[in-house]
Amino acid sequence: MSSVIQLQGLTVQLGKRTILNNLTIDLKGRTIGLLGPNGAGKSTLINTLLGFYAPAAGSAHVFGHEVRAEMRKVRSLIGYMPENDSFVADMSAVTYVRMMGELSGLPAETALERAHECLFYVGLGEARYRKLGTYSLGMKQLAKLAQAIVHGPRLVILDEPTNGLDPPARRRMLRMIQEMKAQGEMHIVLCSHLLRDVEDTCEEVVILKQGSIVHHANLDEERRANRRFVEIETVGDEEGFAAALEALGAECANAGKGRWKMVLPPEFAMRELYRVASVNDLELRRINYRKDTLEDIFLKAMERNA
Amino acid sequence: MAVYKRSYKSYAGELTNPRTRFLILPKYSYERLFASRFLTGFLVASCFLPLGCVGYIYIVNNLGMFAAMGMPAPEFLKIDGSFFLFFLNFQGALAYILTTLIGPNLIAPDLANNALPTYFSRPFSRTEYVTGKMSVLMILLSLITWVPGLLLFTMQASQAGWDWTWANLYIPRAIFLGSMAWILLLSLLAVALSAWVKWKVVAGALILGVFGIGAGLAAMINSVLVTDLGAMVDLSRIMYTIWSSQFGQETATGLEPFEAWIGFFGVCTVCLLLLERKIRPKEIVK
Repeated sequence: MSSVIQLQGLTVQLGKRTILNNLTIDLKGRTIGLLGPNGAGKSTLINTLLGFYAPAAGSAHVFGHEVRAEMRKVRSLIGYMPENDSFVADMSAVTYVRMMGELSGLPAETALERAHECLFYVGLGEARYRKLGTYSLGMKQLAKLAQAIVHGPRLVILDEPTNGLDPPARRRMLRMIQEMKAQGEMHIVLCSHLLRDVEDTCEEVVILKQGSIVHHANLDEERRANRRFVEIETVGDEEGFAAALEALGAECANAGKGRWKMVLPPEFAMRELYRVASVNDLELRRINYRKDTLEDIFLKAMERNA
Repeated sequence: MAVYKRSYKSYAGELTNPRTRFLILPKYSYERLFASRFLTGFLVASCFLPLGCVGYIYIVNNLGMFAAMGMPAPEFLKIDGSFFLFFLNFQGALAYILTTLIGPNLIAPDLANNALPTYFSRPFSRTEYVTGKMSVLMILLSLITWVPGLLLFTMQASQAGWDWTWANLYIPRAIFLGSMAWILLLSLLAVALSAWVKWKVVAGALILGVFGIGAGLAAMINSVLVTDLGAMVDLSRIMYTIWSSQFGQETATGLEPFEAWIGFFGVCTVCLLLLERKIRPKEIVK
């Protein structure tokens, strides 16, 4: 799989403060989550990828293009949805999105057609002739998304896309991101401090803390790995059951009162669990495939680097 | 694809020429500006003097009609550099009023709405942005200054003949250079001041007041330092000196033409520095 974003010793300083410190990573996922507490450097990294900030050292590449040396090329490949309000209040949505399309290089007629398409796509079709200043917060977020995708970018950077949205609007935004991911036409970088949003939409995650990368994980692989972690509650011959499972390669820990925590080996088939329970005449009251949530991963990363 | 079909597709077609992309900004600005009847009316009113000048040129070149009417031809009727200097002064004043009306709407709303990141996240540079915004004013101001000025000169040349044209060849250069200097100054001041204050009402007031402020500052410098060089920050005197020198007219502004040009380029440089500082996709808090 080819590289989407590649950072090599990237350091960014604003004034005398080092905001990003020697970041080196190669991101290849279709949807990449950028996580971190406030002030971790997420937005600075995005701004650097867009060429807004110059690196003090190192380099950043997007689809193999160096962001400073090939800024126009990189920007033509990216669609950016900023975190804060960013529009011209007295323009209608369709005019604004069309203008942004033309500034990205689309011919005027194509830009108009795509502006209509994108506004319908994000769900603003009926409101597309209204002035942006009259939009609700949720509608403004959708309009920002429309302007980010109007020119058909290969990479869309979404900076806190669910910020300030009510639950239905947030669900709608996340569904939209999942649809964009499913269509497979573009890569997505989702920058958020809301773990649930990233967990719901991303397959690769980078966690930043104080300008450094503290964790990089493929969420799908992590989820698969953690499916082997099982909690069960039993009634019957527990010791015989545990011994039989250990003989099959499982690690078992008694949590008391019939509760067991087990780490199953990768080749362990779940039906073996039921077979062993049956052989030992054991009643399985509850079985829980406990997964590490992104929150667990995030907290561990924060603790490791505290 | 029909727009009601809710789906997304990428774009793989032709792209426009990046060199002319800055002209997209004037296109959208004019759509908004010409929604105002007042502005349209003002632009129409700006054509009154050029139309009057057309009549004047016709009369001056057809003095025989006075004799036909049994009247002596007035001696003051003539076309020379002072005629075009008057034209430029009048149209220049209209250009200034037009700038105060349009200028504040160019950049201040983008800054107030934090729109710059969406502009600059595209293959569109800060230079192109400023050029695009300035060209909104430069095109309109050209239409009421040097364009009619050169048309009038062409008309006069065609009426008066080769001798007059040969003797007054400096006039088209003076019209073009004088107008462009004025247009450049006004455009730079308008975009720089509206970028500086971000609020279009205040930006309008500043554009209106900057000439008064300059004159006041000039008087203060002159009286405190006992010099005439304070006039180099008085924009009205700077421009009048430049125009007059272009048309070969004497002035009593207290400035030599080269001093006026130094003042002119100084003001332009300050405006450019202001733009360089303010027109950024993200403000860096150090």
